[in-house]
Amino acid sequence: MAEKKKQNLFLSRFQTELLLVGILVVLFLFFGVKSPVFLKVETLMKLLKQASIYGIIAIGMTFVITSSGIDLSVGSVVGLSGIVVSMCMVSGIPVILSILIAIGASILVGLFNGVLVHNAKVPPFIATMASMTVVRNVILLMTGAKTISNLPQSFTSFASGSVLGIPNMFLTWLAIIFLGIFITGRTVFGRNIYAYGSNKESARLSGINISSTVYGVYIFSSIVCGIAGILMAARLGNGVPTSGVGYELDAIAASVVGGASLDGGEGSVIGTVLGAMIMATLRQGGTLLGINSFIMEIMIGSLIAIAVVIDKMRKS
Amino acid sequence: MQEQITPIVSMKGIVKEFPGVRALSGVDLELLPGEVHALVGENGAGKSTIIKILMGVYAKTEGEIFLNGEKKEIKSPFHAQSLGLGAVYQDVNLAQHLSVAENFFMGQLPRTKFGTVDYTRMYRETKETLDSIEVHVDPKAIIRTLSVAQQEMVAIGKTMHQKAKAVIFDEPTALLTADETKQLFGIIHKLKQDGVGVLYISHRMEEIFSICDRATVLKDGCLVGTVDMENTDEDHLISMMVGRNVNDMYQIEHVEPGETILKVENISRGTAFQNISFEVKRGEIFGMFGLVGSGRTEIVRAIFGADAKDSGKVTFMGKPADFTRPVQGIQAGIALLPEDRRAQGLALGMSVADNTNMVAVRQITRLGVMNKGKGEQIARCYVEKLRTKTPTVYQRVKNLSGGNQQKVVISKWLAQDSDLFIFDEPTVGVDVGAKLEIYKVFESLIKEGKTIIIISSYLPEVMGLANRMMVMYEGRQMGIITREEFTDENIMRYASGMKGKES
Repeated sequence: MAEKKKQNLFLSRFQTELLLVGILVVLFLFFGVKSPVFLKVETLMKLLKQASIYGIIAIGMTFVITSSGIDLSVGSVVGLSGIVVSMCMVSGIPVILSILIAIGASILVGLFNGVLVHNAKVPPFIATMASMTVVRNVILLMTGAKTISNLPQSFTSFASGSVLGIPNMFLTWLAIIFLGIFITGRTVFGRNIYAYGSNKESARLSGINISSTVYGVYIFSSIVCGIAGILMAARLGNGVPTSGVGYELDAIAASVVGGASLDGGEGSVIGTVLGAMIMATLRQGGTLLGINSFIMEIMIGSLIAIAVVIDKMRKS
Repeated sequence: MQEQITPIVSMKGIVKEFPGVRALSGVDLELLPGEVHALVGENGAGKSTIIKILMGVYAKTEGEIFLNGEKKEIKSPFHAQSLGLGAVYQDVNLAQHLSVAENFFMGQLPRTKFGTVDYTRMYRETKETLDSIEVHVDPKAIIRTLSVAQQEMVAIGKTMHQKAKAVIFDEPTALLTADETKQLFGIIHKLKQDGVGVLYISHRMEEIFSICDRATVLKDGCLVGTVDMENTDEDHLISMMVGRNVNDMYQIEHVEPGETILKVENISRGTAFQNISFEVKRGEIFGMFGLVGSGRTEIVRAIFGADAKDSGKVTFMGKPADFTRPVQGIQAGIALLPEDRRAQGLALGMSVADNTNMVAVRQITRLGVMNKGKGEQIARCYVEKLRTKTPTVYQRVKNLSGGNQQKVVISKWLAQDSDLFIFDEPTVGVDVGAKLEIYKVFESLIKEGKTIIIISSYLPEVMGLANRMMVMYEGRQMGIITREEFTDENIMRYASGMKGKES
């Protein structure tokens, strides 16, 4: 009896995640049966690599959404950091320093979002839409819309490299996943995100530091986007001014499929990772089976709607 | 009153049960054409419940409603409207960004023969309606740009436009100045002459006596009686409203008060409250009574630091305590358990453990990293101490009942080890069993040398619990009375503005 109670408790705490694992298993079985290539290690590694970039962004997005905000500027930050790191390296700045400069540039965008949202009280959707546009066009202005090539090999090899057969890209994602789980579950900042997201007034009356929470989520989001942008430049071997366009939507989708609520107060790093994996699996599997890509996107769109409807029904 | 007149509204034997609570038990209410009928009673007496039943917001459990002699089942607010019932609420229900005329015609915009909106007709008819009740507002004016009084007049006009035969006014003068109130009364007279029945809800005795013909008194969901205003006086009406003995359930063991720990001198903020001064001693339970909107909540929020005040001085434990942010109040040792716990006191989607540790997070944290196990242990300890009914400390707070939610809020502040606990309406929506347990918590708090300020709209509660109480009326402090002077009549007089140091 007590055993059963404990088990139910486990189920109720991780229901969303279990549901997503279920979906993922079904997808793997389906694609595995249809196309034996799908279950090969190489294919799986490729899938992880592909999921990594927006999987990283989605974790930052989950932080922001949980705080009842939204960050539309993520794609532009990916572009910005890719261009900044490329320009620095091409002009002879050492790789490590270039990376730090790129992250610094990304943090500025996060800070800007935080100031707009917290101090100027601009709705997050509008604030980050503004910075999305501004940042993207700063990039285009800086580069004259031209790709920056001839990046040092020491830099580009990171993206193609692996440790014990596991791609570096995925390892980076993994590190950020663990960081995200740690912050949301174990730190005061993490719990403040949930408290602020579920009830701003109660958070304020409980003495929670609201400005650092709001700044924190937008800056965290832009830091991980900065990392994603650097990985992206390394993988492409070029700084591409248009890279990251439209990524905000995939990131929001992964968060929301993973159980985050746009009303705030709910969101899970593990759920988001599973959401990103499901979307990547559908795309990869669809390509292997030669399914029309338009049809694949229709399926992904439907999946987002279905996942959220199921989640709402379950929680109500 | 002549017997032959058919009442516009006649409600008979109305019973309303909410899960676990009987809000109304067999109430009769009758409204005649051309009559202004007052509906009075203390907070929680059932006034708003019966009105919501009449307006189709709630379904009644038992009883019958007759409109003009015909039995009707009122199914929805829209249905009530189409049956000729209108209501003007104190927080006016108008679309703020639309014009007066668009509000009048909402849902039934007239069309021209080309299918576009017939603005000419809309403005003309709106003006006609407004003129008929002598309200001079431009039909094209956007609601947001109008004063509160004008908005209220427009809301009355809207009920007239919908051909209402009975209009309910819920505390209509709460936000009006004396001149505006006069204008409102003019309109009510006009309605009366036109044969409209007016149901008038107010706490202000002088208003009720100046415009009402009859009054129906409710108490604890029961009908006390209906009286003609000519045959009654204020004392009689008040005794009908409060006529009850203070229940034994509120008796708690007080401790001998110690030194003064909170000293408030002449604090004011805009129209919310003016020149408030009082002192609270250690171990005391200090009550603050007054009607909703009398400024009680605003005062404690200013003391805590949730809102700033304009002037005045607060001293807490011998130190200046003019706080502007909640975190300052918390660090000084003040706990505020807000009025609306769902909206202000809890993160509903988070667990009992998370909520319990929300304020006193420092004691389970090192370098920003939380010791989750320790937090859960603390939460479990308070669940046990307060006998909070929850399966585990991982349970989301939104799944708990009102009383248990309140216990979680209390745990959160007990964990912080505050010195002064300010409870704003701590037992609203809490069942009797949990109420008693909350009073037990009060008792153990004062025994531990803590101090309590309690705000309540429920008179027997403050009377039973407090050592002393301050009575408020419209942002003014009407008086501070000690336990020996507590009588229902005495307090209600202060709270309805009839007696006080400034009047």
